[in-house]
Amino acid sequence: MTLDEIKPDQECEIVDITSEGIMGQRLLDMGFIPGTRIKVIRNAPLVDPVEFELKGYNISLRHSEAKQVEVTLL
Amino acid sequence: MSDKSGSILVALAGQPNSGKSTIFNMLTGARQHVANYPGVTVEKKTGSFCLKDDRVELVDLPGTHSLTSYTLEERIARDFLLNDKPVAVVDVLDASNLERNLYLTFQLAEMDIPLVIDLNMIDVAEKRGIKINTQKLSQELRAPVVSTVGNKGKGKKRLKEAILSTSKKGQATPFRINYGDDLEAILDSLEKRLSEETEISTRYPIRWLAVKLMENDEEAQRLVMKYSQKSEIILRLAEEKREAFTMEHKKSPQKVIAITRHQEAQRIVEASVIRKKEITRTLTDRIDQVACSRYLGPVILVATIYLIYELAIVQGYKLTEYTWPALAWSRDLIASLLPSEGFIFDPFFRSMPIWVVDGTIAVLNYVPIFLILFALIAILEDTGYMARMAFILDRIFRYFGLHGQSVLPMVIGGLYVGGCAIPGVLACRGMKDEKARLATIMIVPLMNCLAKIPFYVLLIGMFFAAYKGIAMFFITTITIIIALSVAKILNLTVLRKKLSAPFVMEMPPYHLPTTGGVLRRCLERTWLFVKKIITIVILVSVIVYVLIYFPGISKERKTHYISQLDHAQQTFFKKIGKDNLYAGLMAGDNLMEFTRYWRDYKKAKMVAKSKKAKEAIDQEFREKNFEFFKIVKRGKYEVKGEMIKDKHAKKVYNAYKKLSKNTNKLRREIKEETIITSYMGRAGLFIEPLTRWAGFNWRVNIALMSSFAAKESSVATLGSIYQSPPGEKHRLEERMKEKEKGWTSLHVLAIMLFMAMYPPCIPTLLMVKVETGSIKWMLFATFYPIVLGTIIAVLVFTGGNLLGLSGMQAMIAFYILALILLVLMGLIKREPEFT
Ligand SMILES: Nc1nc2c(ncn2[C@@H]2O[C@H](COP(=O)(O)OP(=O)(O)O)[C@@H](O)[C@H]2O)c(=O)[nH]1
Ligand SMILES: [Mg+2]
Repeated sequence: MTLDEIKPDQECEIVDITSEGIMGQRLLDMGFIPGTRIKVIRNAPLVDPVEFELKGYNISLRHSEAKQVEVTLL
Repeated sequence: MSDKSGSILVALAGQPNSGKSTIFNMLTGARQHVANYPGVTVEKKTGSFCLKDDRVELVDLPGTHSLTSYTLEERIARDFLLNDKPVAVVDVLDASNLERNLYLTFQLAEMDIPLVIDLNMIDVAEKRGIKINTQKLSQELRAPVVSTVGNKGKGKKRLKEAILSTSKKGQATPFRINYGDDLEAILDSLEKRLSEETEISTRYPIRWLAVKLMENDEEAQRLVMKYSQKSEIILRLAEEKREAFTMEHKKSPQKVIAITRHQEAQRIVEASVIRKKEITRTLTDRIDQVACSRYLGPVILVATIYLIYELAIVQGYKLTEYTWPALAWSRDLIASLLPSEGFIFDPFFRSMPIWVVDGTIAVLNYVPIFLILFALIAILEDTGYMARMAFILDRIFRYFGLHGQSVLPMVIGGLYVGGCAIPGVLACRGMKDEKARLATIMIVPLMNCLAKIPFYVLLIGMFFAAYKGIAMFFITTITIIIALSVAKILNLTVLRKKLSAPFVMEMPPYHLPTTGGVLRRCLERTWLFVKKIITIVILVSVIVYVLIYFPGISKERKTHYISQLDHAQQTFFKKIGKDNLYAGLMAGDNLMEFTRYWRDYKKAKMVAKSKKAKEAIDQEFREKNFEFFKIVKRGKYEVKGEMIKDKHAKKVYNAYKKLSKNTNKLRREIKEETIITSYMGRAGLFIEPLTRWAGFNWRVNIALMSSFAAKESSVATLGSIYQSPPGEKHRLEERMKEKEKGWTSLHVLAIMLFMAMYPPCIPTLLMVKVETGSIKWMLFATFYPIVLGTIIAVLVFTGGNLLGLSGMQAMIAFYILALILLVLMGLIKREPEFT
């Protein structure tokens, strides 16, 4: 499954990043690498974007971007 | 490399929010200089400090997470390190987030420049139970490590010493990441190949270049093409290796490199950090549970926006009432230094400089507002709430090709009533998404800036007096509706090819901002603004002056006016008679002197409010010239405690009053004639056949055109075009109504809408130029509003006339039309493109 499908308060682990180019690089730079645990904190009031916690800090992505991250639910 | 003056060039790098700016300020103090990196709009701060006999020149690089060539900031940081070749790099790390910060450190190390590690925010780390073994870390990274607390100035001396000793000694064996056997073998072969090329290998660190080629970095490829004879072979080799590696490992080298860096960071943190407690963000989390919640989040956001508006625009405007007298005083001071005025014709070197000064202080008048605005923006940035605003609003703004971060510039520009486009455009700085940033810059001037408000109030008072509230609501909200549609249209057309950026946005923990930091930033930005704007405003107002006052009235007309003046003066002398005691006093040049005295006295009396102030003015003018004083007091004055009634003086007063009225009338006629026959006046007449479709006659054309220098002048120009007949004191809207008998509320609605879409004022355009770095965008920002405003005005006026609508009906119809367009625009799908 992909990261955009995970609900708030659920935790998952990153399997892979499916996008290349700037989007892929940006995610890699921010620490979205395979094996990293990631927790969904909350959706924005209008559902998009969504806030995550990984490696002790928080980051927000749009759902369309979170779709590029493959995960498994923990 | 040391520069000519013998100072040592050092760069300051770090990830955003690591406290880089704080460290920069701590090291350099007040010795700073702000400019832009060549050709781009990213701020470049340079500062210096001295230690013993050495002077270190410190350059603040943009804060970045990485050093790819995908974003402007990263490219700038990288190019500076590659091309300017600083002797050392200070890497500022957030000690409480060490693992993530090391990711950048590794990339800096790869560039073969000696590193100094600054473990900043050590206090925060300690509070979170993180203890860092700096010795171990220093061993691992093979670089000196200094802990600092930037906002308390702790560690300043040790950091300076480390910078100096590293700059002198260099670094024996720089830190290297091992990317794994397979990749290392490839890198080896690439490095060997590259080192055979003398030019490129002396210019750039070859290991860095090899890594970048494996990352498929476009800029690195360009460097190879530029500086290597056998670039094709090298690039082909790199590509083959990349493909082979991807086939074999099912992962691109780019991904493996990033993963290895993160793993290495993790390893180093495990080796050098003792974590006593689990990481907690409790306070931030608790705040965000409310601040980002479904229902309360938007409420808090609206409240914050309202507070910004209230504090900066409303209270700031009140503050200008206190600063205005100072500006007015300086204007009078300058005026007193200029050649003095005449009866009806003022010398060029008086009227032109005064015009310029008036235009300049009209802009300077807003400085208090800017100060408050910039301070509030700095607070929003420092606390971390800015990111939350973007988080909450992104969804809405994205429908229109904007970004969550677009909201602040729009609020500052005047989302509701009153703002200023200049700081609004400036606030677009730092938006990562280039496409959304440009769209925001283009629409901020459509907001309702403070200077448009008096114009609206005037026109609404003329024809919508019965519906004041509704009309004001209409004009202030229609601008948002139109602006959002415009943003989407731009997004689909001229901005189509511009790069969009992923949203990926950090949500930093909340921070209490420091007074010093906020103050510094607010003063810095205000000063930047004042410096830039003033020169341009002066230049442009000279041009506008020439357009409005030249070629001037003809010789015949001039003699005509002079003979009229002569006539009026003769009447004056006849009236007071030869026997009048003051006849001699008024004769010859003295009349001009008295005229000045009279004008000054009237002006001073008009400004004075309290009885006491009025008395003080009397005293002052009495001392200045007692004889003149007797006359301006209508012959009623005090001598040694006795009230005197001086019939002669009273007679002179009455006669002069008549004369003054006549001269003022002449002055007004001259002014009107000058404007009408001026270049701008001719242009206004010339385009009247066209603008008639929008309901504008030539008078309106002139007023609208002259607003271009500063919208403040629109009402003033109307004031001089629609002058009240002498002796009557009608308000401007009554005078306009009197002169424009044929006007309906449709005319006024069209004019108002055109003003709402009016092109940005010169200072704003200058900001657009600065922030987009391009004249083309500046010109676009000038002309598209004119086209848009004309279309809308014609639509409303001609369309409304054809349908036989009243102004009110047309207003409602147009509002509905705009809303429909807005919804349609929002519905158009747009796929984000990043490449
Ligand atoms: N507690 C603490 N706060 C710091 C320290 N250094 C900087 N700050 C604060 O962190 C915030 C961000 O700092 P700034 O220099 O703007 O970060 P930059 O984005 O890297 O330029 C500011 O509010 C600073 O006052 C530090 O050592 N300790
Ligand atoms: Mg900074």
